[in-house]
Amino acid sequence: MRLGLAAMMAAGAAVLAACAALQSSPRDGALALMQRDFHAEGIAGMDRLKEDDVQAACNKYKDSPPAELDAKLRGKQYAGVKWPADGKLLGDWKAGEKIAQNGRGMTWRDKGGVGGGCYNCHQIGPDTTSFGTIGPSLYQFGKLRGYGTDIQRYAYAKIYNAKAYNVCSQMPRFGHVGALTEAQMKDVTALLMDPASPVNR
Amino acid sequence: MRQALMLAVAAAVAAVAPWPQAMAQTEDPVAADFDKFRAIMEEANPAELFEAKGEQLWRTPRGPKNASLEQCDLGLGPGVVKGAYAQMPRYFADVDRVMDAEARIVHCMITLQGFKREDLAKKPFSSATKTPDPVSITTYVAAQSAGMKLAPQQTHPKEKAAYEIGKEIFFYRAGAYDFSCASCHGVDGQRIRTQPLPNFTRPEQAIRAIQGWPGYRMTGGVMHTLQWRLNDCFRQQRFPEPDYASEMMSALLTYLTVNAQGQEYKGLGIKR
Repeated sequence: MRLGLAAMMAAGAAVLAACAALQSSPRDGALALMQRDFHAEGIAGMDRLKEDDVQAACNKYKDSPPAELDAKLRGKQYAGVKWPADGKLLGDWKAGEKIAQNGRGMTWRDKGGVGGGCYNCHQIGPDTTSFGTIGPSLYQFGKLRGYGTDIQRYAYAKIYNAKAYNVCSQMPRFGHVGALTEAQMKDVTALLMDPASPVNR
Repeated sequence: MRQALMLAVAAAVAAVAPWPQAMAQTEDPVAADFDKFRAIMEEANPAELFEAKGEQLWRTPRGPKNASLEQCDLGLGPGVVKGAYAQMPRYFADVDRVMDAEARIVHCMITLQGFKREDLAKKPFSSATKTPDPVSITTYVAAQSAGMKLAPQQTHPKEKAAYEIGKEIFFYRAGAYDFSCASCHGVDGQRIRTQPLPNFTRPEQAIRAIQGWPGYRMTGGVMHTLQWRLNDCFRQQRFPEPDYASEMMSALLTYLTVNAQGQEYKGLGIKR
């Protein structure tokens, strides 16, 4: 008798679980479909569909996480910034300009990171008019903010991990995900911060 | 022929679209000039060649079962092509899921003609030397809805669910660059390089996700459908690759098309 009841309860639980699966949330439905209907291609593996803590918070809170969570995530991202071992933050702005112009990298047709694609979203140097408008203008970046170490560190860390400052920024985390090397990030920092760079002339 | 066309195109672009000096505004002159140029090109759109080929493929008995596609039900009854594209994606009881036009055409090629899904999915996009049959057939089917208002079905529970799931996919941030579809297509008035980015969450802009596809792309001289367009978006989103003609793609297309419902589908497009 008692066994019979337990069996009935177990069966009932199974039915409830099946109902829940049928009436799953759109998010659960989307996650299941994406898991099934994407495939790994080149360097773009299925792991890319898995949210990390930043992506999860931005998805869950529609890009506005609660203040406490926001601060915690920013702190964690900032702590992950790897500073150059030689202490130098500025590379070659001419190389930085090439990296900023190059929008390739990290797709399933690429072998890894290539460029920064900076002009896709930002106005930067005065000679390129085909710039995007998703991000703010960076023209005269150093001239307007000053050329001091603090601003250099800010520029480098922002390129390394934009989420260290704005957790749901649309800007990729170039250093964090390994899309740009340390040398490349120094070059792009120089493009923004070297007084000789056309950005600041 | 193709080279001649590309040269003509280049000359026409040079004639109507002088490169702008500065484009800080969102209504930039390049886009406006290209719209004018596109209107000229639409008078003799090479896409029509693919439409004609698609019609022939639709009517000719082919495949292991030596059958035509004239019994294919695109939602308005077997063989009814006129207006069908404008009313998809929709729910199909025989497969118990929502399908967009190309997914349905692929389904018909499998069930009626005996083609294998894995063969159709192997190289589903056009190259300079080859246009896959589903691309031509989708082009033919789409052209028979030109001038009609988009009316994707939203009555069946699975049609409503597909919209909600598609919306989730649209806003889902992940991948190497933390992008979602909305990163580029969720805000008004943005541009990537010189390319204006329509905000697909707004009805009057969502039409630009659907309008112009299938389209003839002058870069490379190839015919592409929405399956290619979304595939290339996911590539640049730094996601893994979506399965061709999959349910996930139908869900995302449902979200985009429903957002554009009621707007006129002008027919085949021409793209730079």
